Amino acid sequence: MKAKVYVTLKSSVLDPQGKAIKHSAESLGFDRIEDIRQGKYFELAFGDDTPEDAARASAEKIAKDVLANPVIEDYRVEIES
Amino acid sequence: MKFGVVVFPGSNCDHDAYHVISKHVGQPVDFIWHKETNLSGFDALIIPGGFSYGDYLRAGALARFSPVMAAVKNFAAEGKYVFGICNGFQILCEAGLLPGALIRNAGLHFVCRHVNIRIENLNTPFTNQIENGRVLSIPVAHAEGNYVCDDATFHALEENGQIVFRYCEPDGETTAESNPNGARSNIAGICNQDRNVLGMMPHPERACEEMLGSNDGRDIFSSLTRAIAGV
Repeated sequence: MKAKVYVTLKSSVLDPQGKAIKHSAESLGFDRIEDIRQGKYFELAFGDDTPEDAARASAEKIAKDVLANPVIEDYRVEIES
Repeated sequence: MKFGVVVFPGSNCDHDAYHVISKHVGQPVDFIWHKETNLSGFDALIIPGGFSYGDYLRAGALARFSPVMAAVKNFAAEGKYVFGICNGFQILCEAGLLPGALIRNAGLHFVCRHVNIRIENLNTPFTNQIENGRVLSIPVAHAEGNYVCDDATFHALEENGQIVFRYCEPDGETTAESNPNGARSNIAGICNQDRNVLGMMPHPERACEEMLGSNDGRDIFSSLTRAIAGV
């Protein structure tokens, strides 16, 4: 079982890296892109015998305590069995 | 009076801090490896600059889980002094000892140069020896020094006098041009509500010798020494 954790900057926090990437995309001619925000993606592998709720609970806790800084970032957990 | 310099894997301003405390402050100082959990005997801790844990995940994020950090939290709760410089400031924010966070510089570049900082609060253990209106010249060297916090935190910082240093022009005026990293309201350093924990992005330990271009950093260390001595 796998937990996928997506960490993104809160919309209120400026993302200078995303902005720089958008400029590069524009210079390649992608002029319909209005915004690019950069984030982080984690895969947490659990043993096959792990119940889904236990995996989700662990992933949520790790996301909140370690993977994301709640002052500036949001996170989202998806479970893939 | 005894100082401790906490050393994480990847700290690289630990020896500079040690040098300044022993040579210029003239006080006993020891290195403290991050696995240490006993901080008895120390009066003040320096959390030095560098790249603890290679800045993996986020700057300062992994150092928070080192064994020493639980002891540092207790140390701070006892009212003893904790002074985070650069990566040390990032670590104190990640550990929740200071509010807010430090994100990528607005200009994306690693910025390494002398900046001017204005003292916003002279009534702290880290600034009590600095004359009113004085502007200090201290170097910065960082890629993640852009201080952010939400509006409620910002207003609380202002009301409680927790904003200690602001980037400014040589004459003390705070301008967008004098802000090296896009930090909110030109914030270069803040303290906690009890004022015994301070974090700042500029490196005062690199500004204690005329030969290095400035010795303005000494006034911060002498303030701290005076606070510890209880004079």
